[in-house]
Amino acid sequence: MSSSTSVGTDEHPAVVLTGITKRFPGVVANSDVHLTVRRGEVHALCGENGAGKSTLMKILYGMQPPDEGTIEVDGEQVRFRTPSDAIKAGIGMVHQHFMLADNLTVQENVVLGAEALHGIGKKARARIIELSGRTGLNVDPGVLVEQLGVADRQRVEILKVLYRGAKVIILDEPTAVLVPQEVDELFETVRGMQAQGYTFLFISHKLDEVRAIADSVTVIRRGTTVGSADPKTVSSRQLAEMMVGSELPSPETRESTVTDKVVLDVKGLRLLAPDGTRPILDDIDLVVRSGEVVGIAGVEGNGQTELVEAVMGMRKAGGGTITLLDKDLSKLGTLARREAGIGYVPEDRHRHGLLLTQPLWYNRILGYQTRKPTSKGVWLDIDGAKKDTERIVADFDVRTPGIDVPAAALSGGNQQKLVVGRELSGDPVLLIASHPTRGVDVGAQALIWDEIKRARAAGLAVLLISADLDELIGLSDTIKVMLRGRLVADADPSTVTPEDLGSAMTGAGSTSAAVHETATVEEGEN
Amino acid sequence: MISTLEEKPHVPAAPRKRRVPGWAVGMISVAGAVLLLSTTSYLTGFPQMTSSGTTQTAVRLALPILLAGLGGLWAERAGVVNIGLEGMMIMGTWGAAWAGYQWGPWAALVAAVVFGSLGGLLHAIATVTFGVNHIVSGVAINLLGAGLTKYLSTLLFQPLSNNPRQSPPVQPFDTFSAAGLSDWLRELENEQRVIISDVAGILGGLVTGVSPLTMIAILLLPLSYFLLWRTRFGLRLRSVGENPHAADSLGVKVYLHKYVAVIVSGGLAGLGGAALVLNPGQLSYLEGQTGGRGYIGLAAMIFGNWRPGGLLGGAALFGYADGLQLRSGGEVVLGLVYGVVILLGVIVVWQLYRRKWFSAAAAIVVAVLMYLLYITLDEIPGEFVSYAPHMVTLAVLAVASQRLRMPAADGVVYRRG
Amino acid sequence: MGHLRGKLLPPALAIVFSMLLCGVALVISGANPFSAFAAMVTHVGKGSTFVDIINSTGIYYIAALAVAIGFQMNLFNIGVEGQYRVAAVIAAVVGGSIALPTGIHTLVIIIVAALAGAAWAAIPAILKVTRGVNEVISTIMMNGLAIGLSAYLIRRDVFGELRGNNIRTPEIPESGWMPGISFGGGGTMFGFIFVAVALGVGYWVMMNRTRFGFELRASGESSTAASAGGVNAKKMVLFSMLISGAIAGLISLPELLGRDHTFSLNFTAGIGFSGIAIALLGRNHPGGIAFGALLWAFLDKSGLALDNVGVPREIVTIMQGSIVLSVVVAYEVVRRFELAAEQRRVGRELGTVGGAA
Repeated sequence: MSSSTSVGTDEHPAVVLTGITKRFPGVVANSDVHLTVRRGEVHALCGENGAGKSTLMKILYGMQPPDEGTIEVDGEQVRFRTPSDAIKAGIGMVHQHFMLADNLTVQENVVLGAEALHGIGKKARARIIELSGRTGLNVDPGVLVEQLGVADRQRVEILKVLYRGAKVIILDEPTAVLVPQEVDELFETVRGMQAQGYTFLFISHKLDEVRAIADSVTVIRRGTTVGSADPKTVSSRQLAEMMVGSELPSPETRESTVTDKVVLDVKGLRLLAPDGTRPILDDIDLVVRSGEVVGIAGVEGNGQTELVEAVMGMRKAGGGTITLLDKDLSKLGTLARREAGIGYVPEDRHRHGLLLTQPLWYNRILGYQTRKPTSKGVWLDIDGAKKDTERIVADFDVRTPGIDVPAAALSGGNQQKLVVGRELSGDPVLLIASHPTRGVDVGAQALIWDEIKRARAAGLAVLLISADLDELIGLSDTIKVMLRGRLVADADPSTVTPEDLGSAMTGAGSTSAAVHETATVEEGEN
Repeated sequence: MISTLEEKPHVPAAPRKRRVPGWAVGMISVAGAVLLLSTTSYLTGFPQMTSSGTTQTAVRLALPILLAGLGGLWAERAGVVNIGLEGMMIMGTWGAAWAGYQWGPWAALVAAVVFGSLGGLLHAIATVTFGVNHIVSGVAINLLGAGLTKYLSTLLFQPLSNNPRQSPPVQPFDTFSAAGLSDWLRELENEQRVIISDVAGILGGLVTGVSPLTMIAILLLPLSYFLLWRTRFGLRLRSVGENPHAADSLGVKVYLHKYVAVIVSGGLAGLGGAALVLNPGQLSYLEGQTGGRGYIGLAAMIFGNWRPGGLLGGAALFGYADGLQLRSGGEVVLGLVYGVVILLGVIVVWQLYRRKWFSAAAAIVVAVLMYLLYITLDEIPGEFVSYAPHMVTLAVLAVASQRLRMPAADGVVYRRG
Repeated sequence: MGHLRGKLLPPALAIVFSMLLCGVALVISGANPFSAFAAMVTHVGKGSTFVDIINSTGIYYIAALAVAIGFQMNLFNIGVEGQYRVAAVIAAVVGGSIALPTGIHTLVIIIVAALAGAAWAAIPAILKVTRGVNEVISTIMMNGLAIGLSAYLIRRDVFGELRGNNIRTPEIPESGWMPGISFGGGGTMFGFIFVAVALGVGYWVMMNRTRFGFELRASGESSTAASAGGVNAKKMVLFSMLISGAIAGLISLPELLGRDHTFSLNFTAGIGFSGIAIALLGRNHPGGIAFGALLWAFLDKSGLALDNVGVPREIVTIMQGSIVLSVVVAYEVVRRFELAAEQRRVGRELGTVGGAA
């Protein structure tokens, strides 16, 4: 349908979504979404995690049918039942989590599902090599995908889309997994392809990137589109406020509660990648004091997750020491570290924080199976666990009909409040909070921030990892920037701006006095 | 299968290794195995090791394993673990006997395939449509297959054979030998010349007394390879086993391909059952006849690293060990231990050459233990020889489980959306 | 309420479905399903059938408990079959070759059986923990080896002896027996049944009231969340496998201590696989397992009556197979349905719309 209408339709936008609504059991993911993408532009779709971007893109790509609303491609109304329908209409999608089969070759991955075009043999190979140039992919099509790095895998994804003749390419959070240098290369590729007439729909919550690449921006908040902006004129802060829907909590000046008492002392922490080829954590030194929030800023995939898991003992460090209140934790297991006084809010609450099909009170025991009030010796204290869960539900405003419902039945924000409440309940001396407000509603976010501040005032040491720079700046007493497995800069949250921090995170260096580089990064390590 | 999901590290593009083509690996392995066997047979003084009789028996015993393994290969390449192979094989034996005693061996083959496929269909419905755990469904199908055939044999076979556990005799296939070639090889074999006689013995066993079923089974192997690795259908089927979400996003019909794979898997297992029933030494259905060969087929497939060539190697090895025991007894099988010592010796030299000191040391230790076993025992008790496949599989898994490469989404229940 | 319905509905559906299926099979083969069923029910009251069913229930119960412990943490101990076989032959050999006072002798046999079962289970457990070997394949292989080992151990030149035309281990002296409760013509109930009941109670307490049980269930629910919660995954694999093996080791003891007093070629095989089916049917719950074991035993023993009405008694094995297959399907369907219903309910009760999924 796309080929016949491609001539003389310049006045038609490439894609128009009108009044799209999608409901899931108990949740409205999209309601009345409007989006217009002009031909040949890079159109950014911005929104927080959980704002409904991914659902919208799944609808546009035919993976889920909308409950209401229409999709127009090149001025023609279309109805996609499967991704193949979308592909036929010239729409291609590069998923955030790569849709590649590692154990198949590049060629096999590309031709899969599109064998009718050029077969699976030599002709297909020739076509792939021809298209490879446009995506900057420089590997033999016969190589197994598992041998490729992240950036190359992404190029294979783009190649897949091109191979099918897509003219409109959806990039779902494409930079989340890339290091800054790779982001630049990706943007170059996008601009080059844009010049050849391709249209891009760029989904992101990273505002500086959006402003760097997009021709126009549409913001989505809580499932609906709230407006458009011109990236040339809008500031990151204005965009962020559109995304959040209210004035951002500004980093208020507040009393420092930082004391001299060192709670967590990490020295020379190292971790090698499982294949042993390169360091994921490289000589990390980190001190967190009582009453202090230390924030770690960094582009995802620069070792923050591994740092947290190494401190928690979920990954075996390759070297270095971890001391908590003069107690050496380096040789201990996760449980012993928790017992020593670490509370842990994991970045993925579904995978690491909760037992989803179990009731709330059962989840209260997780991580506290050896301590009061949930256990006595080898025995569980079920009454104690239930009573304490009731307390958390009340104190942390967990919206639930009761403590016997399975955790999976709660919304993301309420699940997270439960996790935060649990982790602040064990009298921790240190709280490790990874993206504590990711994917939660604004109300839950405010409550979680308040609780962290209150605990800090009471002398808790907090190690905060977040991709939300405003959150980092607003909560932290000290910010450290992490890049390629190293802590490369310190920033003072009372003076630093998100822009300064952002450039420090990308390794571009900073001219701001608020950021002090603590280590030099050798370029071209990879 | 069930495995803990570890975060995959982002591996930088590694320098490509020099790759030896698969057929060359196959040729070298075959040549190496023949050389090893003839050396062992010469050093231990057991010519039976490479006699045509042993080879013939080995082929007969390897067939059901090969077919079951092929069945496993089809299912697991599409991401469905099939430990129900045993049950499907049992259903195949019953079907083969039921059709075989009435309408002859060709009907037996067809019925075996149909019965096995029905088992496969059941497994597909449970695992693909209803998302039941693959192991659970497999165990259930094994129970059901055994129960169904017991009932049906009591109902239909007992009046004819006066035995609820056995069918009436089945008409066998006519076997044929490569005229001339077979005799010439036998002469060569009888001359007892080092290596030449051994090769002649093995070849002679392969071309003598061949039944159509043997031919079919042997042909199914390259056919499966061609279908799975060289066609569009096969690419789609394998993609479903590697990453069904990716396949689905590209318009591949995941459920359909899984269904086809599991049904074919059942059909192949059923054919493996027919190979048991149509075995010249047996020629009827017997309760408990499969004796866990479905599992051994699975083991052969794992031994072969989910590849057809490796699977053939596994089936040949397991069939050979069994055949040798049956023809020559535990004394000769003990000779194989000597062969293992020689093989380990070669591995030690190789590992030393590659400066893998630890592996070399481990191989030396095992070799010494094996050698002690060889000189202290008079024979390997027959009770254990039948279970050589089990031991080999455990050893392979223990040593090489990190290097085995099963389909990435094998055993993972796939839900759309 | 809904909870209970979710638990009871699937097995009820599965049993009804299987009865219908078998009924149809009987009609096709020219038999009357009602008279067949009536024959089975009335058979319970005849001779020693009732006591036989109870005895068989106890044996199945132990087997299913052994399987269930692994299932609780998504560990598929398919090897219960091999573990109890090895344990049986070793316990019989040891029991038959030592002389100890009454009671202590029995106790030693029980301990030996449990240790032997655990030791046989330790091999796949260690392979899994140290080498990452999938337990399904390794336990299946161990099952094969167990048959070989037991056949070897009862060879006459090893530990076996020939009695009649049966090869068996030396008989355990009376000091090593476990007395049962005799009902005269109604048969003798194994004393070991009480041990089985105690095991069930212990299993419930362990799963629901102890830290170990919590860690086991947490590992089964989500290995990632469990490890973040400080559960040592490898330790749990090892322990649960060893406990599972130890309980599996006890499976043959009711018969060994209460009736046979020797391991012979007449050894009852296949209980390990039945245990898997029963654990699935009973959803790893001690009460559910008891019901499943009773059902299995009833089908086994009452099925003998079918021969009298001209129906092959093997129809019950079809019934068992179809029950287990349909019950796992039913559980899966109901589980998905209930989770969606629960989410809707919470959404409705709160009257709010949660964040996007």
